[in-house]
Amino acid sequence: MNQPLLRTPLYDLHLELGARMVPFAGYDMPVQYPAGVMAEHLHTRASAGLFDVSHMGQVRVRARSGQVADAARALEALVPADIVALKPGRQRYALFTTEDGGISDDLMVANMGDWLLLVVNAACKDADFAHVNAALADSCTVEMLSDRALIAVQGPAAEAAVASLNPKAAAMRFMDVAGLDLAGVPCIVSRSGYTGEDGYEIGMDNAAASTVARALLAQPGVAPAGLGARDSLRLEAGLCLYGSDIDLTTTPVEGALEWSIQKSRKPGGARAGGYPGARIVADQLADGATRRRVGLRAEGRAPVRGGAELFADEAGQIPAGRVTSGAFGPSAGGPVAMGYVPTHLATPGTRLFAGVRGRFLPVQVAALPFVAPTFRR
Amino acid sequence: MTVYYTKEHEWLRVEGDVAVVGITAHAANELGELVFAEARDPGTTVEQGDSVAVVESVKAASDIYAPVTGDVLAFNDALGDDAALVNRDPEGEGWIVRMTVADASQLEGLMDHATYTALVG
Repeated sequence: MNQPLLRTPLYDLHLELGARMVPFAGYDMPVQYPAGVMAEHLHTRASAGLFDVSHMGQVRVRARSGQVADAARALEALVPADIVALKPGRQRYALFTTEDGGISDDLMVANMGDWLLLVVNAACKDADFAHVNAALADSCTVEMLSDRALIAVQGPAAEAAVASLNPKAAAMRFMDVAGLDLAGVPCIVSRSGYTGEDGYEIGMDNAAASTVARALLAQPGVAPAGLGARDSLRLEAGLCLYGSDIDLTTTPVEGALEWSIQKSRKPGGARAGGYPGARIVADQLADGATRRRVGLRAEGRAPVRGGAELFADEAGQIPAGRVTSGAFGPSAGGPVAMGYVPTHLATPGTRLFAGVRGRFLPVQVAALPFVAPTFRR
Repeated sequence: MTVYYTKEHEWLRVEGDVAVVGITAHAANELGELVFAEARDPGTTVEQGDSVAVVESVKAASDIYAPVTGDVLAFNDALGDDAALVNRDPEGEGWIVRMTVADASQLEGLMDHATYTALVG
């Protein structure tokens, strides 16, 4: 990689806050601040963490007809989620699927009234943009909003912090989206996140990002948190990291993401199928898949990391899948992981063994999430 | 008693042919709060540069390399329940492993305190 690293508009703020910067998806990003991953994680669950997620892709899809319903219908050709029924001011989780039933990215889709806002993973954003543009160009204009920043404020103190900049934020429910002025800056605010905590994700022009971030950091209980804490928080919340827990080789059913396919898009629904790989997904919805993403809790103290092989027996003779994400969960109080196991071994409580440094450590299949979410539904 | 340092940010305190090995305050600070530590079993012979122990933070596992060739004598059991002791007292109570020094001439290739301090600034 000889490409110079990109910087978000909050780069100077990160340095000012003493962040340790690391390359991530082509960006120079804060992995942690002086408090450290453990403290930032626990602070987010106890109070509020502020995350720079400006590296993520924001894409505007607008129907040439001017009708958002036409953009929604067009997008349903790429994702199995119900976008047509998504009301203005609401967002939902979706997957881009492939012809063989794999997942090429996961994303959020928001109905902004007369257009759709897609928020996609940083590492996938150029491919996603090309994919959406190629498929929808006849009926829609598709635009990468590269002049937009994105800040997440997550945790129990997030509501008071954001509401102190605009009281209307307090009335929003989980997955609501609204245009709100914060600190005099026009923002797109959604009540959502990637930590399992109540909180907000806030988009604004790059030029105003620092103003909003500083105004939020000035609120009681808000402290910066880096990508390290973001990863352990999302893992405890049972949320997938694209490229680790889901990818081109995993289907929505294998990934235990059936909940992201609403009834209208399932077999027998009003707009069943019609997305890439729909037949494979429909078959798996009916018959199940041969493997499934599960939570895993280690019985001991040794963290079991992504890449560790799983076995059904203590001697490590009978392969039983692979760990895709693992860390010490600061709030779970022990090692937590996710991975794929044969479906007959996917029941919570099933005892498996993870290969770690030549030994086979006992782990138990566990229900996800590891930490109960605190969303304001 | 002499204390030596490696460029992998380990220290070893040598008394006779036995060394106590740990990581420096600089390394402990870089790794962040540790949540787990373990060493190779007592009696294991490790070559200089082999992994002799592992320390883990929330995010990552890091090998501790044997600064010299020798046999593992003991792991610091206090770290079993409290790996963060390494962060609190990296060059004292937070030692990681005790091992023999098979070949004292290997110590000549290591750094003294002043040289190491200059290295990490």
